[in-house]
Amino acid sequence: MKRIYSVLVENRSGVLCKVSGLFSRRCFNIDSLAVGETDDPAVSVITIVSSGDKRTIEQIEKQLNKKIDIIKVKTFDESASFSRELLMVKVKYNKSNRKDIMEICDVLKTASIEEVSKNYMLIQMCDTPERTALLIQLLKSVSIVEIARTGTLALPKCSETEA
Amino acid sequence: MNHMNGADAMVKCLEKEGIKAVFGYPGVAICPFFNSILNSDIESILVRTEQNAGHAANGYARVTGEVGVCVATSGPGATNLITGIATAFADSIPIVCITGQVKSSLLGSDVFQEADITGAAESFVKYSYLVKNVDEIPRVFKEAFHIASTGRKGPVLIDVPIDIQNASIAKFRYPEEVSLRTYKPTVNGNVVQIKKVIKELERAERPIICAGGGVLLSNAESELREFSEKYHIPVVSTMMGIGAMPTEHPMYYGMVGNNGKPYANRAMNESDLLIVVGARVADRAMSQPDLITENKVMVHIDVDPAEIGKNVGPTIPLVGDIKHILLDIEKHEFECEHDLWVNTLDLYRETMKIKRKPDRNFVDPESFIGTLSKELDDNAVYVADVGQNQIWSCAYHVVKKGRFLTSGGMGTMGYSIPAAMGAKKALGKDRQVIAVCGDGSFQMSMMELATVRQHDIPIKIIVFNNHYLGMVREYQHYTYSDHYSVVDLTGSPDLEKLSSAYDVKYTRVINMDDAAAKIRAFLDEPGTSLMECMIDPMDLVK
Repeated sequence: MKRIYSVLVENRSGVLCKVSGLFSRRCFNIDSLAVGETDDPAVSVITIVSSGDKRTIEQIEKQLNKKIDIIKVKTFDESASFSRELLMVKVKYNKSNRKDIMEICDVLKTASIEEVSKNYMLIQMCDTPERTALLIQLLKSVSIVEIARTGTLALPKCSETEA
Repeated sequence: MNHMNGADAMVKCLEKEGIKAVFGYPGVAICPFFNSILNSDIESILVRTEQNAGHAANGYARVTGEVGVCVATSGPGATNLITGIATAFADSIPIVCITGQVKSSLLGSDVFQEADITGAAESFVKYSYLVKNVDEIPRVFKEAFHIASTGRKGPVLIDVPIDIQNASIAKFRYPEEVSLRTYKPTVNGNVVQIKKVIKELERAERPIICAGGGVLLSNAESELREFSEKYHIPVVSTMMGIGAMPTEHPMYYGMVGNNGKPYANRAMNESDLLIVVGARVADRAMSQPDLITENKVMVHIDVDPAEIGKNVGPTIPLVGDIKHILLDIEKHEFECEHDLWVNTLDLYRETMKIKRKPDRNFVDPESFIGTLSKELDDNAVYVADVGQNQIWSCAYHVVKKGRFLTSGGMGTMGYSIPAAMGAKKALGKDRQVIAVCGDGSFQMSMMELATVRQHDIPIKIIVFNNHYLGMVREYQHYTYSDHYSVVDLTGSPDLEKLSSAYDVKYTRVINMDDAAAKIRAFLDEPGTSLMECMIDPMDLVK
């Protein structure tokens, strides 16, 4: 079961370490993690995607709530969330596969070629974690040179009652 | 004082918190603090290794209900303290640990005696601070004491670089209260949940309370006793819960768990309503929690919501301070009576006693501890160490109006002597404080004999000497068919000579014949004294 935790924390040094340390110490999974400042510079938001059985998912929330640097923990199912991930892939191309790459980007719509050199292309995609994973899958047959991805960012969907 | 520096401010904060004594060990990085403390009435007790400063603060905290303080220097001083911190963390004991640190500008450069102690201790502290600005000191100390002593109590670490201790502080103002937007422990139980509990109490035919260390931490012993008496509910306890009820109270049925009383476990298994109060439901108390709770309603009362449902799913969770919750339940009018159930448990208690077959050539732990309990003052503090001696102490010591302390969660050997020292320092000359340890655990903290002599903290130490690391030997006896590995303590010192070297009065008891008279004389001795009991090396707790 995948679960998303949107964790508001005090923007202090060492807080990310405390949060990630909690996950490793208690053997909780981190599928992805993203951190950034909020509209209040004193507060950061850490978005964690985790998975586990019901008891684990509940424990994660409770243990997070115990941490004194954590201001608020919001947790929601993936299905109830609007989630996006930013992916950048650098590929090596040649005459024979150039068209294929462009076709893949066309088909996936949200993937775009942002930079091109004689032998390399940089493709960017901002989409759901499943679709960014799909792009990687499709580009694997080409020649992926390097990848950077943000990890999932998520908020509960607008239809949810606002907390 | 016209010129005040960070170290002066640290000491002033401790004075504001009412601290009478700190347990510590100096080093350059904490020297400004130990220099400033000379201008204060706060006494510094020089332990012989930092770990014991943590245990002493632990003992001090447990008998006073206040926060204990230990102090160490940077690097090895701080890392030595970690076991003391972890021991306090596992048992939710409120202590504040102050460590010196290298100069702020050198942090992270691996200079002499630098250790990232806030990082290293992260998973054993409730919270920690690395002070980077001298003006933060009053706020940090105020918060640290507040965090340590509220909610689920625990250790808080304050790491202070030496330049911050030496920096001058413009204006010292100790905050009246803390404002932590992220920390507001629940005190009162949820009204709806309390009503559900009452409904179950009215319905239950075989209710039982399992009391943990949380009852003592919440200072709710008398509330628990009244609750049990008023609603006619039997009580069992975890190891940390020993003393939550007087152990000879008719409604108390002993410690549960794999080293507990068989009738206590049976009572818990056969109950139809299990009320766990301030206990973690850890593996030693309930090895198969899901099985135990299978056919019953379980109510879990704890101040820490994360404990509820961690090891076993309760039917009714109830978060809050135990004392408040018990009093709140009692405000509702309802009656229950469980004569049949209580009579059944009385029968179990009568008939399920384990009969030991002691060798008369040795001291029998059961009858020795029984005799000792009789001779001790009603309000004595009994500190048990870790090992076979601990299990015997749990099984046979009679707690009347006193306290029973031990390292339950972490099971830290060597706990008893420093913890007894801390307790005795806090309680003063009129309260009996006794440490009971094995020959293994004694040797882990025997250096503190010097501390108790130097600072005139007269504790009584009983060493159960079986020339083995008995608990491990017993495990190897059962698990590896007596294939003993590194459990033989040959080479241990002659305790009589050792006592004489420390100028501590020594008594040896070789069997039960004259044990009672020797115990009496030993307890009457005004100074620190040590009693060595010769235990059958092959004796078992089970």
